[in-house]
Amino acid sequence: MAEEEIKTGGGDAGEPIPFMQQVLDNPFLLLFLGITVPTVTYIIWGVMEVASIPVAQ
Amino acid sequence: MAINRQFRTCPDTGFKIHLPADKLIKWNAVTAVVFLLIGGIFGLAVALTRWPEVHLLDADLFYLALTAHGLDVLLVWIIFFEVAILYFASSVLLQCRLATPWLGWVAYILMLVGALITNVAVLRGDSSVMFTSYVPMKAAPDFYLGIILFAVGALLACFIFLGTLVIAKNEKTYEGSIPLVTFGALTAAIIAIFTIAAGAIILIPTLLWSVGYVGSIDTVMYKVVWWAMGHSSQQINVAAHISVWYALAAILFGAKPLSEKVSRTAFLLYILFLQIASAHHLLVEPGLSSEYKIFNTSYALYLAVLGSMIHGLTVPGAVEHAQRKKGLNKGMFEWLRKAPWGNPAFSGFALSVVMFGFLGGISGVMMGAEQLNIIIHNTLYVPGHFHGTVVVGTTLAFMALAYWLVPVLWQRELFLPGLAKWQPYLFGIGMGLASLFMMGAGTLGVPRRHWDISFADATLSHEFPAAAYLMMGMNGVAALIGGIGGAIFVLNMVGTLLLGKKKQPAPAKAEEETVAQGPIAVSGSAGAVSVPGTFTLALIFLVTFILYYFVNWNYLAGVWGLS
Repeated sequence: MAEEEIKTGGGDAGEPIPFMQQVLDNPFLLLFLGITVPTVTYIIWGVMEVASIPVAQ
Repeated sequence: MAINRQFRTCPDTGFKIHLPADKLIKWNAVTAVVFLLIGGIFGLAVALTRWPEVHLLDADLFYLALTAHGLDVLLVWIIFFEVAILYFASSVLLQCRLATPWLGWVAYILMLVGALITNVAVLRGDSSVMFTSYVPMKAAPDFYLGIILFAVGALLACFIFLGTLVIAKNEKTYEGSIPLVTFGALTAAIIAIFTIAAGAIILIPTLLWSVGYVGSIDTVMYKVVWWAMGHSSQQINVAAHISVWYALAAILFGAKPLSEKVSRTAFLLYILFLQIASAHHLLVEPGLSSEYKIFNTSYALYLAVLGSMIHGLTVPGAVEHAQRKKGLNKGMFEWLRKAPWGNPAFSGFALSVVMFGFLGGISGVMMGAEQLNIIIHNTLYVPGHFHGTVVVGTTLAFMALAYWLVPVLWQRELFLPGLAKWQPYLFGIGMGLASLFMMGAGTLGVPRRHWDISFADATLSHEFPAAAYLMMGMNGVAALIGGIGGAIFVLNMVGTLLLGKKKQPAPAKAEEETVAQGPIAVSGSAGAVSVPGTFTLALIFLVTFILYYFVNWNYLAGVWGLS
């Protein structure tokens, strides 16, 4: 079978661009996600846990 | 227009190269290699000190060398080379001008001055706080200042990369989506921005504490935020070297990814989840909850591991597909047997893929499980793991790229092509064995940073099994072999720049034959393919992974008897 070469990202004019492609083609949206997710799940959550350790009397 | 005069067309590849970007790529790459040499010498001194029979340095010099080694190779060599990759993956691959080249020079000078300041602070002997610089150990203020300047420079380079993407889009120098290699570089840049921001959050107050303006820094708070920089900086490497894998597959074989969508999704998993692996350094901290530790190191991180496994399948799969298209179809592995094993760009790339997966990847997932981590936490297993990722994964991939990139950019023949054929094997196998022996010694309990495992001057003695001493000796021998490989690389690169023969102008190639028109510079998938060899290799990897995981759970069960 002749192997098909697939081009991504082009698309016919007027055809709606899939949501995932919109995400993956927008570097600033990716930057926002790449900063926000680890900041919330790692830094903020971690800092809150450390800050809530009772101080020794 | 003046801008058009600032481009040259590469006779080898057909790329239209922006001259200011060309210069910046060269300077960043050369500086990277110089720091690899400096850091490598310190690394060899560390390995020879930890070899009990040799025990090269006294304690003070050992911790000084360990600090310099960590900084120069984990941070300076890697980030300088990554900046070169960012400029290459944006300006060269997208064939557009680099955004604000003058700012690129500001970034370069800040990084260089920062690296020199920190090196001087370490070499002075009053800042032997190691790469982690855990408080309350206090280094001289210039130690922190140098790292901050270096980080600001690297941050500027990331913004230049993003600016160049905007220019390429506005000037329509590419169609559709950016190429996959550029997308991987974007992933590295995003992780770098998070890393540097986290570094600023913790290192600026630590600098002020070192100067005396801040009274104290909470040790656990420091560790949480510092590791958002310290470990994420190594995740920049992972994203960058996987982009290099895709680039080399495209350059050497004309290989297209099996599925661009899947590969891009794998990079997206990195963007979202890779940085949080930092939490595995905190798995024994009593102040943090199990929910926090397990979410960050297991549940969410496994999504990033899935990304790595996708890349581990699609990169060799793309090579197999390209080879089979050329008629290398006999049996399962003719495509692999007849690969150009004498070309250092390929052998370095192939060893990097295999050893990153088997050594760095598997051990990293094992360490990330909270229960298993207790067996090896803070032992020599940890450096064993990251020598499996940063050295035989990232450094070897960067060396492989350099074998292609340096002759192309400078238009010179390799200085010692015969030695270059052996170099990836010497360096890769030497450092791969060093990684294995360190992990072996760590499993036997050898601590990661101790100058003398015989504890000769300690009040309370501890005797490690004889096998641990054997492992440390073998680690020293392996590091020597790897060191020779590293020295040959540096010699070859410097020799090529200074003494390499000028390349003869090649006959003009038809446009479709050039690298610039190939899969490295455009988006697109290979389509419906059959890659049985790659799937067989992937199954061997999975079986090894499962067995190693099981062996460690079994080992953990033996640590504390239940009856």
